[in-house]
Amino acid sequence: MKIVVAVKQVAALDDDFEIRADGLDVDEDFLMYDLNEWDDYSLEEAMKIKEAAAEGAVEVIAVSVGPERVDESLRKCLAKGADRAIRVWDDAMEGSDAVTIGRILAGVVKKEAPAMVFAGVQSSDQANAATGMAIAASLDWPHAAVVAELDYQPGAATARIKRELEGGMLQAVEIDCPAVLTLQLGINKPRYASLRGIKQAAAKPIEHWSLGDLGLDATQVGATAALSRVRRMEIPVKGRAQMIEGTIAEQAAKLIEIIKEYKGEAA
Amino acid sequence: MNTILVVAEHRRGEVRPVTLELITAAQQLKTAADDRVLLAIIGQEAESLASQLQWAGVDEIIACKTNSAEFEPELAEQAVSALIVSRKPIAVLLPHSVDSLGYATAVAVKGGYGYATDVFKLAYDGGALVATRGGYNQKVNVEVDFPGHACAVMTIRGGAFKPVETVAAPLLTVDDRSELSARSRPLEFIEQGGGGDIDITTVEFIMSIGRGIGEEANVEDFRELADNIDATLCCSRPIADAGWLPKSRQVGQSGKVVSACKLYVAMGISGSIQHMAGMKHVSTIVAVNTDPGASIFTIAKYGIVADIFEIQEELQAQLA
Ligand SMILES: Cc1cc2nc3c(=O)[nH]c(=O)nc-3n(C[C@H](O)[C@H](O)[C@H](O)COP(=O)(O)OP(=O)(O)OC[C@H]3O[C@@H](n4cnc5c(N)ncnc54)[C@H](O)[C@@H]3O)c2cc1C
Repeated sequence: MKIVVAVKQVAALDDDFEIRADGLDVDEDFLMYDLNEWDDYSLEEAMKIKEAAAEGAVEVIAVSVGPERVDESLRKCLAKGADRAIRVWDDAMEGSDAVTIGRILAGVVKKEAPAMVFAGVQSSDQANAATGMAIAASLDWPHAAVVAELDYQPGAATARIKRELEGGMLQAVEIDCPAVLTLQLGINKPRYASLRGIKQAAAKPIEHWSLGDLGLDATQVGATAALSRVRRMEIPVKGRAQMIEGTIAEQAAKLIEIIKEYKGEAA
Repeated sequence: MNTILVVAEHRRGEVRPVTLELITAAQQLKTAADDRVLLAIIGQEAESLASQLQWAGVDEIIACKTNSAEFEPELAEQAVSALIVSRKPIAVLLPHSVDSLGYATAVAVKGGYGYATDVFKLAYDGGALVATRGGYNQKVNVEVDFPGHACAVMTIRGGAFKPVETVAAPLLTVDDRSELSARSRPLEFIEQGGGGDIDITTVEFIMSIGRGIGEEANVEDFRELADNIDATLCCSRPIADAGWLPKSRQVGQSGKVVSACKLYVAMGISGSIQHMAGMKHVSTIVAVNTDPGASIFTIAKYGIVADIFEIQEELQAQLA
């Protein structure tokens, strides 16, 4: 039995960054890449299911769409114990939006026929919160978003989940399997990769798939297949806050003044 | 004539207030006098819930009857998809909420509609619908449009539009979708236990710590500081997830909205939209962060670019 975990390599911005000359994205030189925080939790949840099952009964497959640099994030997943890693890329995929990425990942799911697909609720960079649900929609599978608790026995026909709602409330749901779930921060405690895991991961292969392997053609991916188009990216007018400058001592003194002022008003 | 479809959100018999913000957003998209705003409400009790939706600016309320009292993603998806086909809206507005995250994408993908999430600004530019959302952890604004799509589905950020306040008596129609079936079943609601801790929604002065505190061992220093200044120690999500403070102290969308708070000192918190959802209304927010570009500075009244540990030590020294 397989569990496919969709993972993303996210980009954080340098302190001082610049928008690209065409105005459509940030200049690549200012981006620092890492594995998406939410995906750490989805991978961990798959690992927990694998470790609770008989040896070799559950295979965890980490899948990502992106260029060569993405191998680094997949390597992290292998180091944490994923059995296999698949990176899908083709130049035609450049400019894909979250929905298109979901369609590409669904192509992998069709081939691997897992019993469950996990994705993070959202990515920390673009926060579309759409990829996991786009996989489900492309496959027409049952789906649930923002899952904070999962009770699932490998191979079972249904799973019990708790969706995390607003304001500290949860909703229990029963869902038919196979299903696509997007998992929320805090569902577990993600492990750190062990030194041994890191060493083993270095020796494991990362499978590289392209368009042809998925039964998709170039018109179904990339910017033309996207459901939205970026017109412009800009740095918002910031700093409505009145900045408290000076030495640490001066900054702290001003903060104490603000606290005293508040207490005076409240008294 | 353009049609704008708004989908109301409800839970346990109550229409959720964000619905009123969507009506304002829909109003902004009206360009001609004969444009229509439709407000759909989906669920077993749709008809009786419709009485909570008598808002000005809505031309018609559609009570979409399904066989589930509470939100179920596939029923919502099928009901909204059917409405798009029959009513041909140019825009479908949903709240950017947990419920919508569970089905909005499916509506857009299966129908091939334009799609954008967490939109906080809407406009037309030369006839094209333009939506603005955040990128790179809210450090940039991204304008998107939907060329080639006659309809765009959008989830709208809470708090981005003022809620409508005036009542009216829109036309009510019933759309019976009780034949639809789904592959998941909502069971019950569970309140996450407060565990006898204080109720942070009632306190006036909060000092809140975020991931900037680094390690659990550092929490104690900030607890002492909070005690010293009579503030209640609260936190952003990673701190509660790690178990360093109880969940009852988490401020934000899935935590608590600190309704009574007047002074909020945010230490090492970046200001994600989900965190700000719990505290952005506070009149005096002071943010301490090493990153001058942190989005918390966009809502804070005062900003201090500094290391929270140095500030904490200095505050303790000056208060001693
Ligand atoms: C559906 C949903 C619901 C959510 N609900 C909530 C919620 O209720 N509450 C919530 O908080 N989050 C919630 N989140 C998570 C949210 O998206 C963020 O992940 C979270 O708020 C980030 O917390 P943070 O600001 O503490 O951490 P980060 O974003 O990692 O920010 C840490 C900040 O600390 C600064 N820093 C680091 N070291 C120092 C130092 N020494 N001195 C000063 N500054 C320093 C950094 O510059 C950075 O800005 C939710 C997410 C989703 C998808």
